[in-house]
Amino acid sequence: MIYILTHYWSELIQGLGYTLLSSIIALIFSTIIGTMFAIFEVLPNRAMRIIGRIYIEIFRNIPLLVIAMFFYVIIPMYVAKIDGFTAGTIGLTIYTSSFIAETVRAGIQSVDNGQMEGARANGMTYWQAMRFIVLPQAFKIVIPPLGNQFINLVKNSSVLAFVAGFDLMYQGNSIASLSLDTINSYMVVGVFYLIITLPLSYYMRHLEKRLA
Amino acid sequence: MQNFIQAYSWVNIRFLLEGLWVTVEVSIISIIASFIIGSILGVLRYVKIKYLSAVVGFVVDIIRNLPLILIIFFTYFGLPHLGFKPGIIFAAILAMTIFESAMLAEIVRSGILAVDYGQMEGARANGMSYVQALWHIVFPQAIKKTIPTIVSQFISLIKDTSLATIIVLPELLNHAQIIYGQNSAYILPMFLMIAVMYFIICYALSVLSRILDKKLA
Repeated sequence: MIYILTHYWSELIQGLGYTLLSSIIALIFSTIIGTMFAIFEVLPNRAMRIIGRIYIEIFRNIPLLVIAMFFYVIIPMYVAKIDGFTAGTIGLTIYTSSFIAETVRAGIQSVDNGQMEGARANGMTYWQAMRFIVLPQAFKIVIPPLGNQFINLVKNSSVLAFVAGFDLMYQGNSIASLSLDTINSYMVVGVFYLIITLPLSYYMRHLEKRLA
Repeated sequence: MQNFIQAYSWVNIRFLLEGLWVTVEVSIISIIASFIIGSILGVLRYVKIKYLSAVVGFVVDIIRNLPLILIIFFTYFGLPHLGFKPGIIFAAILAMTIFESAMLAEIVRSGILAVDYGQMEGARANGMSYVQALWHIVFPQAIKKTIPTIVSQFISLIKDTSLATIIVLPELLNHAQIIYGQNSAYILPMFLMIAVMYFIICYALSVLSRILDKKLA
């Protein structure tokens, strides 16, 4: 393990950087998109609710790898040339957004309806009430599940290895085939993943206990 | 349009369905094995035997926090260096089982924690031993509570089976790649078709999970 660490340090750090970069970009955008579709789902407008439902159900029930490969293979053929990292991150964003939408929707629905009614009765518009009253309370509830989504995101970002995204898993693979020492290479990569995910998951457990 | 008609010839569809069958088979074997192992690990973590529970808990946490792809690589490319060479299907099932067992261990443990402690006390007060009370009273109630979660875990397992395409497991995605490898005009039709196939199976299961959730709650 020490040999792998010292000889392939720069590749590992680069891989870690790409993994984190992809996860953070995907987290930001999937939170935005997910929240948008979650709001669609609680709107009084029926058509919007159906659109939200369809988006969530479709992308929750298709494997992440198929979505990522779709962007890697199909989009360059018909639309625009994009590299593996972009394609993987877009796939990751779309896939995760459907899970976040489901989480945020549950959060919004767990906020008492009286909050919305009270805000409306005080002269706020629907959007104002949503933005200033309901969503802040909903986000407080969904922070632990969102944290778990981020852990999943870091783990799932390993699909970038399939689409030449230069992430940790990709580097681990090339190190394994260069050094011919598969066991130690994968163990080092595993340790790198655990450095990110394990503290996060313990922190989330702690947070869940405190908020419960 | 012509591409689509040609791509969806019966030969190709049958080839995809064969892949789908492997996907389902691997998923079912893995979920059954991991349900058994996961239950044991979950109970071991719950009962708090000195050292043992802590070790089990730590191992479960480590596996849960690793990407599944890494575990697949490890079982297929790593194990032969330790002197054990599994076949492709066995390596895939082994990797899925290791990963899912850890997931289910956590689910089962939280299910047991959700059972009211009075159940255990009542069983003990009626003369059952700790193990009897756990096995006959607490565990069945815990499983009943966790069934919807286990079904959704099964859904993600079916989706995750696609990752095993990297070790050339002949499952759905791999078969689609073989078909569009022969003719690049089939790429889009194949992607749409496998998306539909995955969607039908996973959506049906998610509806089932929701029904079970309502019924068992």
